[in-house]
Amino acid sequence: MNKPTRETPRSFRSARPYLLLLPAFLCLAAFTYWPMLQVLLASLSDKKRVGDSGTFVGAENYFRIFQDAHFLGALANNALYAAGTVIPSVLFGFLFALALRETTNLSSILRSVLFFPTLVPLVGAAAVFIFVFMPDIGLLDYYLAKLGVSATNWLGNPDLALVSLMALTTWKNAGYYMLFFLAGLQGVPQDAEEAAKIEGANWLQRLYFVIIPMLGPTFAFVMVIALISAVSQIDHVIVMTDGGPNNSTSLLLYYIYQQAHEFYDLGKATAATVVTLIALLTLSFLSMRTVERKVHYET
Amino acid sequence: MKPDLKQWAVPGQWLAPGALLAAAMCAVVFLWSTPFLWMLIASFRPDPGGGLGMASLFPDFVPTLQSYRYAIEDGYWPLWFLNSTILVIGTLVVQLVTISLAGYAFARINFPGKEAIFYIFLLQLMLAPPVLIVPNLTTLVHLGLYDSLIGVMAPYWGSAFGTFLMRQTFRTIPKDFEEAAIIDGASWWQVLRYVLIPLSLPGLTAFSIVSVVYHWNEFLWPLMVINDPDKMVLTVGLVSFAQGAEGASDWGLIAAGTLFIMAPLFIAFTAFQRQFVNSFMSSGVK
Repeated sequence: MNKPTRETPRSFRSARPYLLLLPAFLCLAAFTYWPMLQVLLASLSDKKRVGDSGTFVGAENYFRIFQDAHFLGALANNALYAAGTVIPSVLFGFLFALALRETTNLSSILRSVLFFPTLVPLVGAAAVFIFVFMPDIGLLDYYLAKLGVSATNWLGNPDLALVSLMALTTWKNAGYYMLFFLAGLQGVPQDAEEAAKIEGANWLQRLYFVIIPMLGPTFAFVMVIALISAVSQIDHVIVMTDGGPNNSTSLLLYYIYQQAHEFYDLGKATAATVVTLIALLTLSFLSMRTVERKVHYET
Repeated sequence: MKPDLKQWAVPGQWLAPGALLAAAMCAVVFLWSTPFLWMLIASFRPDPGGGLGMASLFPDFVPTLQSYRYAIEDGYWPLWFLNSTILVIGTLVVQLVTISLAGYAFARINFPGKEAIFYIFLLQLMLAPPVLIVPNLTTLVHLGLYDSLIGVMAPYWGSAFGTFLMRQTFRTIPKDFEEAAIIDGASWWQVLRYVLIPLSLPGLTAFSIVSVVYHWNEFLWPLMVINDPDKMVLTVGLVSFAQGAEGASDWGLIAAGTLFIMAPLFIAFTAFQRQFVNSFMSSGVK
């Protein structure tokens, strides 16, 4: 008796998983793995433009960027910017989560308001913060003046411009990180806290000896996503300062963007991309390990 | 007196430390929301360029829609909205197909090389796509996709985050459902389409929200890919619009324009708060 013809031949069946993966894989290959290879090769050649043939020049482009004061400045700025955004935004996220831990009508409204900046486009936030930071007439100076503080040129002063961008980033991201801490706090067993309480631990001791150790993986994980965002987000730099004044707000990705888009120096742009990618990969491997550790914790 | 975090949920303890904490948090959240409040008030101000009083958070005026009218006249909003919508939908639809297929393969089929391929996929999670702008632009030029919305979408069509999320989602579905369908003679495709996908809607929704928010708000990549003003998306349009208004110190105009671009996500967020919050928590693996 003939079987229904719908039975697929065996060879098809064994190829099926690969065929299912193919569409996603092609996109990843074309726009992640191939470009990584390409950027590595271009960084070792002297071609000035896309499509030039170029010859192999070894590490010359790397010597060039590491002798370029702008690149070194961008590297230093980015390190400073990372420290000045990761620490306050993670800290605020944690404190917000702690304060809004109990679900009440009030706390869910407050959570939503704090989370909302996450949904605002960075360019929109930047356009509004230009006004916030306007000397004299801006939101910040207007109210600081009522406290007797004199006008400050927040974005025009090389010593303050990067700090102003850090404030914007902290404002925008703290509510996002709060979510992870809220989830993490749900995982802190009630009886551990109760036990500490019965032993006479005050709230500060409970925080320090019970809650924070249990949130270790959450802290590490949130810090790494904050670090990644400090490297990969530069929309506000383009909108608010264009890297200035005096290159004081030029970050790594802004440097890459400038080299590629304004100065057409492919060698420098690609070498800087490789350096940034190495930094990012190092940070991200850290994140993956953290995620794994987190999974172990839960099971 | 010990401030107890749990006490302030209990009603009727208005002078307890919990109430103090609640009051303090209200103050902090008010401070946090001042840029939004200002934006809202400034957009209704009759003299939107006006000197010192511009920053005031107290609406001491008769509200007017003048800034909105000028904003509508000055920008190509319908076009920008259309392009952003095309971009967001075009990205999401393809993503949903590729991540469902790949997620299914990883969740349900055993094949040689599975683990190695999975790690190759995961590697993408560690690379923030914006960093690869230079080589990706080159690839687009070679593919003839430069200066097209398809070119803005293409790099995101295969999402490692989405694949990972769908794999996790499929794995939470008991195999009994599929086995029953297979006994009834369903093909793998029918199992995926009629059994697994309908049961994975929470995962697909979570992914969709994160994807839509990300691409609606993205600026640098569309800025680099698109040259033609007819293909400009909202974020890029807003910046060119705001730069003009800034030169004229027309802050009310900037506020109105920014509110335009935020409006769809704000409305969606207000309507589906829980889904948004859950989606963004799952985006942590990104």
